[in-house]
Amino acid sequence: MIEYIKGYLSTGTTPGEAGNLFWATVYILLVITGVSVAVLCMNWLERKILAHMQIRLGPMRVGPHGLLQPFADALKLLIKEDIIPQDADKLVFWSAPVVVTMTAFTTFLVVPFGRTHAVTDMNIGVLFMLGVSSLGVLGIIMAGWSSNSHYPLMGSLRSSAQMVSYEIAMGLAIVSAVLMTSLQTGTGTLSMIGIVEAQASQHTWFIFKFFPLGFLAFAVFAIAMVAETNRAPFDLPEAESELVAGFHTEYSGFRWSLFFLAEYSAMLAVSSIAVTLWLGGWMRPFPTLLGGPAWDMAFSFLPALTFFVLAAGCFLGTIRMPKIPQFRVQTIGLGTFGALLGFVGLVLLVPAVSVRVQDIYWFVVKVAFFMYLYIWYRGTFPRYRFDQLMKVGWKVLLPTGLGVLIATALWGLMPQLSAAITGVLQ
Amino acid sequence: MSKRTDYLDLDTKDETFLDATELVLNMGPQHPSTHGVLRVILKLDGEKVLGTECVIGYLHRGVEKIAENRTYAMFNPYVDRMDYVAAVSNGLGYCEAVEKLLSVEAPPRAQYLRVILTELCRIASHQVWLGTHALDIGAITPLFYCFRDREEVLKIFEKYCGARLTTHAFRIGGCIYEAYEGFEQDCKKFCDAFLPKLDEYEELLTTNRIWVERTKGVGILNPEDCIALGVTGPVLRASGVKWDLRKAQPYESYKDFDFEIPTGVNGDTYDRYLVRIEEMRQAVRIIRQAVDGLPQGPIMAKVPKVIKPPVGEVYHSIEAPKGELGYFIVSDASTQPYRVRVRPPSFVNLQALDKMVRGLLVADVVAVIGTLDIVLGEVDR
Repeated sequence: MIEYIKGYLSTGTTPGEAGNLFWATVYILLVITGVSVAVLCMNWLERKILAHMQIRLGPMRVGPHGLLQPFADALKLLIKEDIIPQDADKLVFWSAPVVVTMTAFTTFLVVPFGRTHAVTDMNIGVLFMLGVSSLGVLGIIMAGWSSNSHYPLMGSLRSSAQMVSYEIAMGLAIVSAVLMTSLQTGTGTLSMIGIVEAQASQHTWFIFKFFPLGFLAFAVFAIAMVAETNRAPFDLPEAESELVAGFHTEYSGFRWSLFFLAEYSAMLAVSSIAVTLWLGGWMRPFPTLLGGPAWDMAFSFLPALTFFVLAAGCFLGTIRMPKIPQFRVQTIGLGTFGALLGFVGLVLLVPAVSVRVQDIYWFVVKVAFFMYLYIWYRGTFPRYRFDQLMKVGWKVLLPTGLGVLIATALWGLMPQLSAAITGVLQ
Repeated sequence: MSKRTDYLDLDTKDETFLDATELVLNMGPQHPSTHGVLRVILKLDGEKVLGTECVIGYLHRGVEKIAENRTYAMFNPYVDRMDYVAAVSNGLGYCEAVEKLLSVEAPPRAQYLRVILTELCRIASHQVWLGTHALDIGAITPLFYCFRDREEVLKIFEKYCGARLTTHAFRIGGCIYEAYEGFEQDCKKFCDAFLPKLDEYEELLTTNRIWVERTKGVGILNPEDCIALGVTGPVLRASGVKWDLRKAQPYESYKDFDFEIPTGVNGDTYDRYLVRIEEMRQAVRIIRQAVDGLPQGPIMAKVPKVIKPPVGEVYHSIEAPKGELGYFIVSDASTQPYRVRVRPPSFVNLQALDKMVRGLLVADVVAVIGTLDIVLGEVDR
């Protein structure tokens, strides 16, 4: 058994490529668990970061610094009464959250957390991801329609219009990234792993390629992806101050929590696309400039170091806790949590482990950066109005995306073009 | 008979885009951004507003009727509960109206104290407006900044009269509380600290692209409409009408102070935002002057223990943060008023809602309700 696991771990392919059903299942379970845990963390982090931006403390009561708040919320949502409105279309109402959650999780099939850390590597990976993630709008329309209520209906209509129009800009930006894999090398790819490897072989992240074209395409995608996931400042489908709660107004309890889960995993999914396409996926920064075994060694300590810093933060928190009996449990809890983080850090120091998690670490760090941006936007921007949103989508992002695509193609074909022109001139 | 178009007839069908049936959407009374229990019935063509109708009265407490069964002094705390975010202004209006009926005048020191507290209250009221208005438009952070700084005003109120919100700070004939030890310093400290904070709010919003797009050209009200509808306060001034009761009919000691009346040009939501922001700056100016010139002397005029005004009627209005706040009091020479009628600015300003939002989108309805700065306690009384 152990030999089998060891034998598998030393292979250099994803389970999907190897056709290994057992490991594929294990990976799928790992990804689902990982995404769910990430959503829980995101829940806590968003509340805390937003709170600190807004000169509040955020959750402080449930567990030390509110660390158990997401679990308390999850528990509350699970045991809440499940209400289906009388006039709702029951079947559709029931299936809408399932559709939304399923599409959000399915996209993670092709997300490459590392060269071998993906469930599978499809040769149409990007297309698959784009296709599946846009299915999410179906669930939202179903939810809005089946609720048989005005606010959800308007929310879902807004959402469908928004997602459809931003998908085009998003697609154009993606195409220009895909184009970058083929230009100059001649062999293009739609595979997510292939795209990262193309960036590795070209010694650049695509965000810096053909400057500023790569950056522009990235910017178009980064804006479109916020709209695609219905987050501030494009959160019109669930605009609280206008539509109460938008498409999930009539949902409660567990079904509502599925929407919540889907929203956050969709955010993670689109951020993963952005990271894969433009930010070099699982690659660590400066693999060539700071190359060599010494730098590799130094960078391999970073995952452990991150956990040590987090643990140190926890220990600092225990020191700063009020020294009164009422806070004893919280202090012990925070200390234990810190110890746990420190232990994880120690495990990450083991060479076999640290080599294996390097790529996952960098991927997660890059995605976390986008998650922070999401929270930051939410704390800063007012909300767009519907017509303005459409204007931004169709009149700004779409022409920019198209222009960048054409410019990228021309730039990439420059050698051939100039050769052709000189040929004609001669 | 010609067809009326100024009210919402839910039975008639208007022509809509592609002949789709219009949608009647009931917004409120339980809705996150109708500022309390306002109910707005919207007639929509998709997202476009064809007409609105406000249904009010969910917070009706019969304040005017209560007045007929209370003595003049007993009714004083009730007025604080009308516009509960600007309680001090309400109290000022009522006390002055009764003083006018009694033909007494508050002593100079009381007048200055009243001005300081009322202007502080104006700042507090505008801060609540700014926070909630920004929240309606989707910016959630300014709310917390505004409430943080409003807290300082409320602390001054609390130190002065023991209450933070429904202050009951003034009495008929003057003030009952002498300024506490360090009142002047507190006010000055607040003024010094507040101006940079105001710049901070402006930094978040004034040049914010989305904020400007959401507010410019939204809910335009031209001066003629304003006057026809009886709209007052910052909403009127944003349309370019320089009408402020503090200058037009100076009450208290406002003629002693040097301040500007900010006005707008376009009468849109953005102008109303700028006018209110500038009003906060002017309020700081007034507070500084009043604190510096605070005279010594008594704080209470000679007022009989039992207030029995002579037979007669009086209308007195002041410039509350939201507009002209008027009290019409009829006295039958008994200890209780025969009739009290309040002219609340929110109630009158709310009438402009339909005119402002026709043809706009649902999101603008929310923005316009926010920019009108209504308080339902005052609308329904």
